[in-house]
Amino acid sequence: MGANLFTNYGEAVAMILFGIGFANLLLQKNMIKKIIGLNIMDTAVYLFLAEKGYINGRVAPIVVDGVQDAQAYINPIPSGLVLTGIVVSVSVTALMLAITIRLYGRYHTLNLDEISAQLKKEGR
Amino acid sequence: MDIIRNFPAVSILLCLFAGIISSGLRARAAGILNMLLILTGIALNLCTLVYVIFTGEPYVYVMGKFPAPWGNEIRVGELEAFMAVFFCIIMLLSMMGGSLERKREIEDGKKNLYYIMVDLLLSSLLALVYTNDLFTAYVFVEINTISACGLIMIRQNGRTLEASIRYMIMSLLGSGLLLLGLCFLYDLTGHLLMSNIKEQVGMLAAQGTYHMPLIVALGLMSVGLAIKSALYPFHTWLPDAYGYSTLSSSAILSSLVSKGYIFLLLKIFYRVMGFEFVKESKVIHVLFVFGIMGMIMGSLNAILEDNIRRMIAFSSVAQIGYIFMGFGLGTTEGVIASIYHVVSHSASKALLFVAASGLTDASGGSCRYRDLTGAGFRNKLAGVAFTVGSLAMVGMPVFSGFISKLLFSQAAIGHAYKMLPTLIALAISTVLNAVYFMKTVIRIYTPAQDDPEMAPGRVIKMREQKQKSAALICFIILNLVLGLNSQPIIEMIRNGLGMFG
Repeated sequence: MGANLFTNYGEAVAMILFGIGFANLLLQKNMIKKIIGLNIMDTAVYLFLAEKGYINGRVAPIVVDGVQDAQAYINPIPSGLVLTGIVVSVSVTALMLAITIRLYGRYHTLNLDEISAQLKKEGR
Repeated sequence: MDIIRNFPAVSILLCLFAGIISSGLRARAAGILNMLLILTGIALNLCTLVYVIFTGEPYVYVMGKFPAPWGNEIRVGELEAFMAVFFCIIMLLSMMGGSLERKREIEDGKKNLYYIMVDLLLSSLLALVYTNDLFTAYVFVEINTISACGLIMIRQNGRTLEASIRYMIMSLLGSGLLLLGLCFLYDLTGHLLMSNIKEQVGMLAAQGTYHMPLIVALGLMSVGLAIKSALYPFHTWLPDAYGYSTLSSSAILSSLVSKGYIFLLLKIFYRVMGFEFVKESKVIHVLFVFGIMGMIMGSLNAILEDNIRRMIAFSSVAQIGYIFMGFGLGTTEGVIASIYHVVSHSASKALLFVAASGLTDASGGSCRYRDLTGAGFRNKLAGVAFTVGSLAMVGMPVFSGFISKLLFSQAAIGHAYKMLPTLIALAISTVLNAVYFMKTVIRIYTPAQDDPEMAPGRVIKMREQKQKSAALICFIILNLVLGLNSQPIIEMIRNGLGMFG
C-alpha cells in the first residue's frame, strides 16, 4: 500500500490537490478564492489524466519517419480528454468571474455570506 | 425506413445549430425558431420511438463512421426515445406557459439570448438521453449547467444573481466529482464507450481485482450527479433559483434539468457499471438514506415557506428524494417506480409553476400566501390547474402522482430491511405534502375579505392569456393521461429498461 503510494506519487499529489481545490470551492467565503479552488480542482484532474496517460520511454503518437510499432507510442486519448476538459473549465471560470463582477457591482463585496445578509435585509 | 435511425443525432445537431443561428436573430424570430425547433424535436423523436417499438430492439448509431472502440456512439432504445419525446413536450409547454413573463421580465436586448440558452439546454438534454459515450456525457453535462445558469440569471435582480452563483458552485462541485470518477473508470477499463466499459467491469469483477477503485469511481459519479440534481443536503441553491427566476426557467429547471442528470445516473448504473455490481456496492444505501431524508426535510421546509413559488421549489427537493429512494431500493421495480416518478413529477411540477404564476398574476403579482386569498376565483383556470397539480403531488388516485407512489410502495414490499423505512417515509411525506398543498388550495378558494393590507387583485379571463391557458390545459390533460393510462407507459418503461443495459 505504502510502496504503491510512493511509486504513483503523481497520482497521489493529484488527489491531494483535488481535495484542496474541492474544499476551497466549497468552504471559502470569498468568491475569487472559490474560483481559484475550482481551477485547482480541475487542474488536479488533468494532472491525474496526464500522469496516467504517459508511459515512460514512449513518445507522443506523432508520425515522423513512418509508423513504428504500436508499442512505441503512448495513448493519445488522455491528452485529448485533458484538452477538452481545459476548454470546459475555461468557459466555466469565465462565467463564474462574470457573475462575480455583477455581484460586486451590486453589493460591493466579494463575500458570499455578506451578500446573502444584504439580500435578507432587502427582504425580497 | 432506415432513415429514421439518423433522427436522434439530427435532433441534437439541429438544436445546437439553432442556438448558433439564434445569436444573429431578433428576439421574435429567435422565439419562433425555438418553437419550431421544439416541435421538430417532438416529431423526430416520436418517429424514433415508433421505429424502436416497431423493431423491438435498440440500435447503435455510429457518429462519423468510426467503429466501436474508437468512435463516438448514440444508442437508442425505447426508454431513451420515450424520455426524449417527453422532455421535448414539457419544454414546449413550459415555454408556452411562460411567454408573458418572458416579455415582462427580460430586458429587451437580451431576449434572443434566452432562446439560445433554451436551444442549447434542449440539445444537451437530448444528448444526455441518447449518448453512449461517458466523456461526451460529461461535456454535455457542463453545457447543461452553463445554459441552466443563464436561464436563472436572465432576470436581473439580486436574488437570481446570488442563486445562480450558488447553483454554479454546487454544480461545479458535482461535475468535478463526476469528471474524477470517469477518469478513474477510464484508467481502470481503457474505454469511454459505455457498453465497452461494462464488458471490462464485468471482467474485472470476475477476476476479483480492482474492486475498491471501481466502487470509488461509482461512488464519485453517483455523488456528483446527486449533487447536481439537488439531492437533499445539497439543495441550498434550489429555492432561490426556482423561486425568483422567470417562469419558463423555473418550470424547465425543476422538471427537466435535474431529470437529465438523473437519467445519466441511471445510464451509469445500468449501462456502465451493470446493475448487479451497483446492487452489491454500498453506494445505493447512501442514496437511499439521503433520498429518505430529502423526502421529509424538503416537505418540512415547504410547510414553513410563505412564498408560493419557493414552496413549490422545496417540494421539488422532496420529490427528488423520492426518485433517489427508488434507486436506493436496488431492485428493478424500484428503478421503474423512479423513472415513472421522473415522468409524473416533471408533468405536475411544471404545471404547478405555471398555475402558481397565473394565481399570482391575479393577486397583484405577490407570491405571499395572504395575498393569494381567493385567487382561485379570480383566475379560474389557474385555480383548477393548481388543484390538479397539488392532487397529483399529494398522490390522489386519477392523477399521476398516485401511480408513482403505488409503484414505490409495491417495489418496497418484500424488501428485507428497506421495506419499513420506505413505507414510513412515504406515509409521512404524503401527509406533509397534503398539509402544504391542501393549505394552499384551501387558501386560494377562500373568498377574499376586504383586507387593506392585501395586494390588490384583479380578475383574469382565459382569453387574456391564450398561450398560458393552452399550456395549462395541455398540462392537465397530460397529468390525467399519466394517471389514468399508466399501464402502457409502465410497460414501455419496463421494456425500455430491459433493452437499456
